[in-house]
Amino acid sequence: MYVAVKGGERAIENAHAWLAEERRGDKNVSELSLAQIREQLSLAVNRVMAEGSLYDPDLAALAIKQSRGDLIEAIFLIRAYRTTLPRFGCSQAVKTGDMACDRRISATFKDAPGGQVLGPTFDYTHRLLDFKLAAEGEVPDAPVAKPRKEATPHITEFLQGEDIIEREPSSDAVPGDLTREPMSYPADRAVRLQSLTRGDEGFILGMAYSTQRGYARNHAFVGELRIGTVPVEMEIPELGFAIEIGEVELTECETVNQFKGSKTVPPQFTRGYGLVFGQSERKSIAMALVDRALRWEELGEDNLGAPAQDEEFVLSHADNIQATGFLEHIKLPHYVDFQSELELVRKLRREAAELSETLAAREAAQ
Amino acid sequence: MSDYNFAYLDEQTKRMIRRAILKGLAVPGYQVPFASREMPMPYGWGTGGVQVSAATLTPDDTLKVIDQGADDTTNAVSIRKFFEKTAGVETTEETEKASVIQTRHRIPEAELTEDQILVYQVPIPEPLRFLEPRETETRKMHALQEYGLMHVKLYEDISQHGAIATAYAYPVKVEGRYVMDPSPIPKFDNPKMEMAAIQLFGAGREQRIYAVPPYTQVVSLDFEDYPFEASKAEHACDLCGSEHSYLDEVILDDAGNRMFVCSDTDYCRSRREAGHSGRLSEEAA
Repeated sequence: MYVAVKGGERAIENAHAWLAEERRGDKNVSELSLAQIREQLSLAVNRVMAEGSLYDPDLAALAIKQSRGDLIEAIFLIRAYRTTLPRFGCSQAVKTGDMACDRRISATFKDAPGGQVLGPTFDYTHRLLDFKLAAEGEVPDAPVAKPRKEATPHITEFLQGEDIIEREPSSDAVPGDLTREPMSYPADRAVRLQSLTRGDEGFILGMAYSTQRGYARNHAFVGELRIGTVPVEMEIPELGFAIEIGEVELTECETVNQFKGSKTVPPQFTRGYGLVFGQSERKSIAMALVDRALRWEELGEDNLGAPAQDEEFVLSHADNIQATGFLEHIKLPHYVDFQSELELVRKLRREAAELSETLAAREAAQ
Repeated sequence: MSDYNFAYLDEQTKRMIRRAILKGLAVPGYQVPFASREMPMPYGWGTGGVQVSAATLTPDDTLKVIDQGADDTTNAVSIRKFFEKTAGVETTEETEKASVIQTRHRIPEAELTEDQILVYQVPIPEPLRFLEPRETETRKMHALQEYGLMHVKLYEDISQHGAIATAYAYPVKVEGRYVMDPSPIPKFDNPKMEMAAIQLFGAGREQRIYAVPPYTQVVSLDFEDYPFEASKAEHACDLCGSEHSYLDEVILDDAGNRMFVCSDTDYCRSRREAGHSGRLSEEAA
C-alpha cells in the first residue's frame, strides 16, 4: 500500500510520453506546421508574444503547438525561454507617429488627416459561422489601395495644439525593467505600463470593464487606435548613432478622458495609454482604461476604493504566469500540512467534547 | 548539458541572488526583495528554492531534494532531475551525505551540521500577509516591529478555540527582531530551526529571499500561559517504530484502517536498516 506513493520518476516519464501523444492527436490527421500556426492563428501568436514579452512569431507559434493551444501554457514557455536571453541594452522609444498603419480609427473625430482606416477588423462582421471555411478553398485577394506615404499624425496632437489635453512629459531616462528589478510599490508609470502590457488579457479586460460599470468610472473616448509596424532603432555604442535593428507590429490606443481640473490645473482632457505587441486591440484598449484609472493620485482625483484604482492589487495580480502557477500548485502534495491540521482539528474536537461532558456532568450533579 | 550554464542560471543572475542571500544572512529573518527569474517550472513548484539552490550549488556539492519529507515525491524527483541535468552535481537521498538540501514543507529528522545548507521553498514569505494583504503596509509593520496584530490573532485563536489554531507555517521571531514565516512546515519542525546549518528561504513568485544563519535564535510565538507546543500524531511509525519523527497518516482500506509512517523517508529507511521495526513492518516490506 505504502509503496503506491513511490515510483514518482517512472510516473513522470510515462505522463510526459502520454502528453506528447495527446498533443499530436490522431496521426491520420496531418500535423500542424509552425508556419500554419504563425499565419493562420496570428492573433493567438500575437497574444503569446505580448504576454510572453518576446517578439518572435515563430517561437510563439512553436509554443502554441507545444502547449496544445493552451495560450497561458504557451506564454509560460516563451517567458521561461526569454529569461535565459541576455539583456544587452534597450532600444530607443519607438515612434508610433511614424507607424505604417494597417488600421487607424478615431472615435472622437469624424475625420482627421490620415483618415479612418478600418483595416482587417472583425468589427462589422456578422458573427455567423462560415461553413465555407470547413471546406477547403482559397480566399480571393482583397482589394488593394496605394499606401499612404506621409506619416499619420496622432489624433491627440490636434488636441494638444489647442492645449486642451494634458501634455505627456518626455524623458530620456532608461525606464525600469520589471523582469530585472523586483516590483515595489508605488511603481512609476513606465513599470506600471510594462506590467499591464504583459498582464493577462482577461484580467486587464475585467479590470477595464469594471471602470466602465462605475467602479472608478472615468468615461473614456478612444481618441485613437492604430495598428501597424514601426521600426525599432537602437543606439550602438561602437557606432555612436542609432541603427534600425528590426520592425515590430504594435497596437496603440490612446484614450481621451474627462478631467474636471484642480486648484492648479484648469479643466482639460487627460489620457490613458495602451501599447501591445501585435494586433491586440482588445488588450490595448483595456490597458489604456486601466492605466487611466491607476493615475487617480497624480491627477488629484478621489480614491473611490475601486479595484482598478488600486495599483498594488492590479499589478500584483495581473500576471497570468504567476497566477496560474500559484493557483495550480495547490494540486501538489500537501499531506504534511494537512496532517498537522488533522491533528489540530481532532485535538480541538476532543477538548470541546470533554468540555461539554464536564458541563453536562456538572449540570446533572446540581 | 552544455546547453545551459552550470545550474541553469547565468552567472549575473546568480550573483544577484547571492547578494540577496548574503543580505538575508546579515539581517536574519528580513525579507530581501530580489529580481526573481522565470524558471522552466511553474511558480508554486519551488522556483524560489530552485533559484536559491542554483546560486548556492558548486560542482563539488551533493544535493538532496525532498518534498513532504520524502525524496520520491514527484516534484522532488523533478527538481532533483533538473539539477542532475543542468548542474551535473551528485545527488543523494541520505541526509548526512548532502551538502545542500532543498525542501518543501519539512525539516529532516536527522540533525543538520555546519557543513550543510537547507533551502526552503516558500509560497508566501510574509507572515503578516493574511492579517494585512498590502505589501506597502506589512513592510512598514516589520520596519517598526509592529507585531501586535499577530499577537492579537494568536490571542483570538485561544479565546475562540482554547488553543492557537495554527498547525503549520507557525510564525517565529528570529534573533529577537523579525517575525518570520518558516514556510509551511508543520509546527513540529519549528524547534529544529535553531540549528548548525545555514537556512535559506526562496520565494520566487513573491520575489523574496530570507535567511537564518547557523545557531540563530528562532522562537515560536506564544504566550506564557499558552506555551508553544510542537505536536505530531500520537503514534509511533508503523514501519520503523520511531516515536520521535513526524508522521504521515496513510489510509489503508475502505474500512478506514490507517497506518502512520515517517514523513522523512530517509530517516525511516536508515532506522529500518539499523534493525528497528514497527507495528506493520513485515506486511509493508
